[in-house]
Amino acid sequence: MRVDVEDLVVTYGEVTALDRLSFSLEGGKIYGLLGRNGSGKTTLLSVLAAFRKESSGTVRIDGEPVFENEGLTSRVSLIRDAGETTDLGTAEDALYFAEWLRPHWDADYARSLMDLFGLTRKMSVKGMSKGMRSALGVVIGLAGRAPLTMFDESYLGMDPPARYAFYDALLADYMEHPRTIILSTHLIEEVSSLFEEVVIIGRGRLVVHEETQTLLSRGTAVTGPAERVDAFTDGLTVLGGTSLGSTKSAMVYGEIDEARRGRAAEAGLELGPIAMQDLFIHLTGDAR
Amino acid sequence: MFDDRSPIYRQIADRIKADVLSEALRGDEQVMSTNQYAAYYRINPATAAKAFQQLVEEGVLYKKRGIGMFVSPDARDALRAKHRESFFADVVDPMVAEAKAIGIPIGEVIGRITELEGR
Repeated sequence: MRVDVEDLVVTYGEVTALDRLSFSLEGGKIYGLLGRNGSGKTTLLSVLAAFRKESSGTVRIDGEPVFENEGLTSRVSLIRDAGETTDLGTAEDALYFAEWLRPHWDADYARSLMDLFGLTRKMSVKGMSKGMRSALGVVIGLAGRAPLTMFDESYLGMDPPARYAFYDALLADYMEHPRTIILSTHLIEEVSSLFEEVVIIGRGRLVVHEETQTLLSRGTAVTGPAERVDAFTDGLTVLGGTSLGSTKSAMVYGEIDEARRGRAAEAGLELGPIAMQDLFIHLTGDAR
Repeated sequence: MFDDRSPIYRQIADRIKADVLSEALRGDEQVMSTNQYAAYYRINPATAAKAFQQLVEEGVLYKKRGIGMFVSPDARDALRAKHRESFFADVVDPMVAEAKAIGIPIGEVIGRITELEGR
């Protein structure tokens, strides 16, 4: 499903959570939504899922306005952290409700996912650990097969084997049933290879929206003797750097053309890629 | 030619080339699908497709519409020729430079090469 966000503003009292945010997703891909705490990720996803109304601006899914649009409800799914479930009832009740809500629900797939995560239908949701509730949310999100499926830090409390089982299941199911998936996460190293495109927001605004491989190709670590690194990076966008004795490594953002690469080789400088996590850290600013 | 610091799609492309060179993959043999590569490496299928696209452009693979990707019949010969061209610059020159840097006489290096050749 196509997603168009234009000049989106959401305010809570005096706090501006989203500040004229604009971007478009073509749909049919796995998107990563990255941002620091308080950057507005959850607010954005809540607006896309019609859980919350925009203060101003427009949000359209497949060209339709989202809020109080009944026709879209069953086609858009947001799994929040620690699941989309209420405290009442058993896992079975939660699955029953999801099946009622989701026209593309796959009950056999839901059963196999329950087994994968070691969940049983009789478990009371209230008695579940955080990780189990997250896993139940993942089951509901994946088996629902909603044309727009969003996971908002849905891995919280899940241990590494459970998280990787989630990533593998998500990837396999996406390939079998292509749809628009948005994953919001802080575990960038673990998940970023799944993203076809990345949307990074900061302080309620768009920082970057780019194809993952293109974004990665924009980051280059330049390593070598400090004064030569400085000379080489003069005039380039330097996101940050570290030094060890007389050796320096600078993170450069932007395309480095063949001529420059040649000069780097002549100067004995090493050029290497930067991991998504490091790019994210340096694009979204200081430790505050 | 193998480098952990290069993008994942280039690593996949390099691995396929290595398989072609070693004849683990032969001419006109079908390679695994984009989705199989994506699942195996836990990467987005578009990223795996990028590796295939690169190999098609380089003439290592060819596409049969609706069926999949296959190894070009002359891929191995072409890769061998290409690697021969860069062999001295990529392998021998750095080895000689390393030998000089750590004080191994070139004569000893040549002796070793002759010894390995004779095995």
